[in-house]
This record gives sequence, C-alpha cells and structure tokens, in this order.
Amino acid sequence: MSAVLDQHGHSHGHDDHHHGPPSGLMRWVMTTNHKDIGTLYLWFSFIMFLTGGVLALGIRMELFQPGLQYWNPEFFNQLTTMHGLIMVFGAIMPAFVGFANWLIPLQIGAPDMAFARMNNWSFWLLVPAAMLLVISFFVPGGATAAGWTLYAPLSTQMGLGMDLGIFAMHIMGASSIMGSINIVTTILNMRAPGMTLMKMPMFCWTWLITAYLLIAVMPVLAGAITMVLTDRHFGTSFFNAAGGGDPVMYQHIFWFFGHPEVYIMILPAFGIISHVVPAFARKQLFGYASMVYATSSIAILSFIVWAHHMFTTGMPASGQLFFMYATMLIAVPTGVKVFNWIATMWKGSMTFETPMLFAVGFIFVFTMGGFTGLICAVTPIDIQIQDTYYVVAHFHYVLVAGSLFALFSGTYYWIPKWTGHMYDEGLGKLHFWASIIFFNITFFPMHFLGLAGMPRRIPDYATQFADFNAIASVGAFGFGLSQLIFLVVVLKAIKGGAKVGDKPWEGAEGLEWTVPSPAPYHTFETAPQVK
Amino acid sequence: MDSAQAAGNRETRWKLLVVVLIMGGFGYALVPFYKAICEITGINELVKADAKPANTQIDTSRKVTVEFDANSNHLPWRFRPLTGSIEVHPGELVQVIYEVTNVRDRPMTGQAIPSYAPKAAAQYFKKLECFCFKQQTLAAHESRQFPVVFVIDPDMSKDVTTITLSYTFFEIAGKGNS
Repeated sequence: MSAVLDQHGHSHGHDDHHHGPPSGLMRWVMTTNHKDIGTLYLWFSFIMFLTGGVLALGIRMELFQPGLQYWNPEFFNQLTTMHGLIMVFGAIMPAFVGFANWLIPLQIGAPDMAFARMNNWSFWLLVPAAMLLVISFFVPGGATAAGWTLYAPLSTQMGLGMDLGIFAMHIMGASSIMGSINIVTTILNMRAPGMTLMKMPMFCWTWLITAYLLIAVMPVLAGAITMVLTDRHFGTSFFNAAGGGDPVMYQHIFWFFGHPEVYIMILPAFGIISHVVPAFARKQLFGYASMVYATSSIAILSFIVWAHHMFTTGMPASGQLFFMYATMLIAVPTGVKVFNWIATMWKGSMTFETPMLFAVGFIFVFTMGGFTGLICAVTPIDIQIQDTYYVVAHFHYVLVAGSLFALFSGTYYWIPKWTGHMYDEGLGKLHFWASIIFFNITFFPMHFLGLAGMPRRIPDYATQFADFNAIASVGAFGFGLSQLIFLVVVLKAIKGGAKVGDKPWEGAEGLEWTVPSPAPYHTFETAPQVK
Repeated sequence: MDSAQAAGNRETRWKLLVVVLIMGGFGYALVPFYKAICEITGINELVKADAKPANTQIDTSRKVTVEFDANSNHLPWRFRPLTGSIEVHPGELVQVIYEVTNVRDRPMTGQAIPSYAPKAAAQYFKKLECFCFKQQTLAAHESRQFPVVFVIDPDMSKDVTTITLSYTFFEIAGKGNS
C-alpha cells in the first residue's frame, strides 16, 4: 500500500506485495481482507433478508383472509419454518458478523482479523448452506416444516427437506464457530498498544461476549440436530419415546442453545446503538463500565433461563418459579442499558440524522418488545399465551425493531466510512419512517390477536381474527416494500454522492474515524498508539 | 502480524477449539443428565409400574369416567381395547383388556407408550400392570390379549371427571422383523 499511505503518515519500505484489491470475481472468492469479507457478509445477509422477507409475505398473503387462499397447509408450514431459519441464520447473524469484520479491526487498530484465511472460509461456507436451504423447497416433500426450532417428534419424521435443513444448520454452525474464534482471538490478542479492555469500544465488547456465547452454544445445537439426524437414519432413540427417548428432551437441549442465541442476535445490536447514540447526542456514552457489566450479566443469565420457552411441557412448579424469576432478572441489566442510552441523550445536543432516528426508534420499540417479554416470562400468563400471536408479536418487536433496526442504524452510521460517500439523507429518513410505521401496523395488532387466542403457525383462522390479520398483512407488504428504499440508498452511496472526510459525524469517536473514507484496503499496518 | 503474535493467536485458537469440543460433549451429556433428573424427581416414568397409592380407601362418593384409546404408529398391528370406557371410583383396583393382532406374515416387535388427557390427571393414574412396561414381540398373525391394572389415586382433584388413557404402539426397528 505504498500508494495509499496509512493515516499516521508512516512510510513503508517493505510492502510492495500490498496493493489495492485484485479485480474481477476471484477477488471476492479468494479474498482474505477483512473489509472485503465484511462486505460479502453484508450482501449475503441482505439477499437472505429479502429471501426470508418474500417467504414472510407469502405467510401474510395467506393470512390476509380466513380460509385457504394460496397455499396448502403443508406449504404454509414450510413458509413459516424457512422464514424463521433464513432470517435467524441467514440474515441477522451474518449481518452482525459482517459488521464485526468491517469494524473490529478498525476499532481496535488491528491490520486484519487474526485468521484471515479461516475468515474467508467461514464466509464461503454460508453460501452452500443457504443453497441447501433453498434447494430443500424443491425436493419431494418440500422443505422442513417443523418450525425453526425443529422440534422432535416432527423433525424426526419429515422427508428429505429435513435432512437438507439439518446439514445447512451444521454448516452454518461451523461457520459461526470459526467466525467467533476469529473475533475472540482478534480482540484478545491484536488490540493496539494502550487499548486496554476497558477502553475498548462498546461494539467490540458486545461482540467479544457474543462470540463467547456462540462458541459455547453452537456446538450444543450441532449436537441436538445430530441427534435428530441419527434418530432419523441410524436407529438411535434420543427423542423417540418408543425407544426410551423423550421428545421433550429435544426442547431442553434446543433451548439451551436457543436462549443464548436470542442474546447473540441482540448484544451486537446493543453495541451499535452504544456508538450511534453518543455520536448524535454529542456526549460520551453514559456509564461505559456499567454497560460492559450489564452485557456480561445478560450473557451469563442467558444460560439459566432456557426452560421459560417450555412452561407448558409439564414442569414441576418449583422449576417454573425458578425459570420465571431468572428470566425476570434479565430485565435488570437490560434496563441498565436502556437507562444508560437515555442518560446519554439527556441534555445532549441531539440531531436526528437517519442513524440516530433508527437508534431512537430501536430504543423505543425494542423496549416495548422487552416489556412483552417480561409479560411472557410470568408463568401463569405464559401458559395462556404460549404459541399464540402474542409471542409472535413479542419476538418480532425485539428481532425486527431490535436487531434489524440496529443493523440499519449501524449501516447508515458507517456507510460513509465504507463507501466514502454520504448516503441520501432524504431517502434514509423516508426509509426510517416507512419502516417504523409499517412495522407497528404489522406487529402491533398481533398482540391483540394473541390475547384473543389466535394460535401461531396456522394457515387458517376463526373469522373473528380477520380484521387484525388484514391490517397486519397490509403492514407487512408496506414494510417489505420499504426495504427496497434501503437497497436504493446503499446502491446510491456506493455509486456516488457527497464525498466525506475522515470523520463525517462531528460527535463520532473511535479509531475507525481516524482513517480516510472510504477506508483504504489496508489499514493500521502500524498499530496506532491509544492514550 | 509478527510471528510472536501469530503464535499467540494460534494458542488462543486451540484453547477456543477445546471449548467448542467440550460444549459439543456437553450437548450429549445433557441426555444422561436429563434422564437422571427425571428419575430423581420421578417425572416422566411412563413405562414403569407405579407404586400403589398409600391410601387405598375407595372414594365411593364420586365416579370418574375412564376412556380407553389405542393407536399404532406405522405398525401394521390391529390394536384395540375391549372396553371403550368404564366408570370407576378413585382408589378402586380396575382391570381392562387390550387386544393386539399382528396382521403381517412376519414377527414384529413394538413398544406401547401411554399418554393421558387431561395432563393434570397423569400423576394420579397409577398403572400396576401394563403391556407397556416392556417391548412386545408378536409372531406372524398372532393375536394376544393384555390386561391393564390401574388405580386412580383418591388425591386427584375433584374437578377431573373424565380421564382418557391413550396408548400408541411404535415399531422397534431391527427386532424380529427381518
């Protein structure tokens, strides 16, 4: 990189082997550059987001009216299952890994990720996994229809699509584990001199903890679905009652993975919001240390709450009480975070550019999802609303308005650094307002549907649910179309737009804003000194 | 990246890979752990004889209707109770007969799994004798009658007036069905 000098102006005499990126397709196939891989992850997740979104629109189309209009019930179940799997494992998780790849080396002053070639592999494993998922729609019997949780005994019975789904999950799990090992090693070993752990940016902290969670629970998921696979084909009886197994045990093993997984999908979002809010309030993040401890507490507590997904499986009352109180305890560190963000905004000189709009929208709507989570945690209420649309509303409030809005916020915040161009502010604001309004039109009525007793995962429903379902379907199509605005904004920012300097946001802080925009192909080859 | 740092990175990677392996093993260790918990707490013992309730006084003040149901899951067996339903007093020892016929030309092995509705009644329904306590092998075209002996614990809530006992026979693959 003799042409593009590194930001500190040190000159290099040793590096004629570093140039810009090679051109053509092979650049992307063979790249070991963290920025390229981050870009690949982000595009992959966006494509999967649109795929999962189309499946969701298929669901909402069918539910627009009572009765069976478009799909038979088997295909409807495939739609709900694949929507869940693709959004969780194909869209949200890879998007956060994309952010991690782009930002962690820039934020800690490292030249690249610790294991650059493994990084390439963890991305390219995702592509065959996604292809397996999509292909499974076209095999006899169709895709897996057991719900994204793949509960036994449904999952021990279905056709070939289930096996393809299991293999896809295995591959995605391996990819996540490799990505996490990379992230933990990079953060622990490659921070710039002077950057102690407690000086590290919040995004890196939340990802460090998330990566540990992934390393701890992804192997458990792999175990659970391997047991399903051997039950299906190799005569074991882990979940087959006739052979001495127990289908409820699948739920225990799955949720031992599944609940930490919930936090895997939200902790990096907390990290992004903890960057955006201080930047646009033009104040330091309030309570940095308490943010770190709150994140860690959430991660530790996430291992002892799994059975709150299973209150209706016939658990002793003492077990229900334990899991209820443990779950409610998580509201404390989460509350610490929300109050810290609000305290950061307090008396700040706030402006509301698109990243800040999404961040404030996140705090508002995510907190609503958090409150419905508390309601679901109360055992007697949960027994009423288990498997109803109330639960659907709850987890879409935290996953769409939580994780996804944080991803949007982060994209708008860092896209000037990624592309060197300012995005179109008008379109960005339109994207925000369309998203948050249509989001609420889609998911708010689901609370009422759930309280009135409408079960989830059904293609047809009693006529008294018709009005709210029609409203939700209209909202869903509005929300889906609004995301095309985002695509336009991103494409426009890549192609051109106002050129930005090193630091386009006056309140932004961190090492990533000390390098030029767009960030050169190689950065921090000489580690910066952090005071 | 200098070589000292690369070596440090490799060391971290090995440590993390060990954690991955341990957690994979932990996932499988949950299986015996789960069985142990169920055994200690006495939940989910579907295919074991229950102890007779300590208080064997017959509660003649009320009657409970017990309905019998029989299914087979992918198993070509004809399986039915000889009695559709009976009325019993809690605490009373009752015997009913189920009949199973293997309609195939080859011997087959199956295991019956009971389930109860309402769920709250399950823990008060004590089976003292049942064909579900072990796997059953039936020769080709063999027909057999099995008794089920049970007591309903008088401690059961008075709100429960009907209990459905449903058995499902599952094939045990690889046994006697070559």
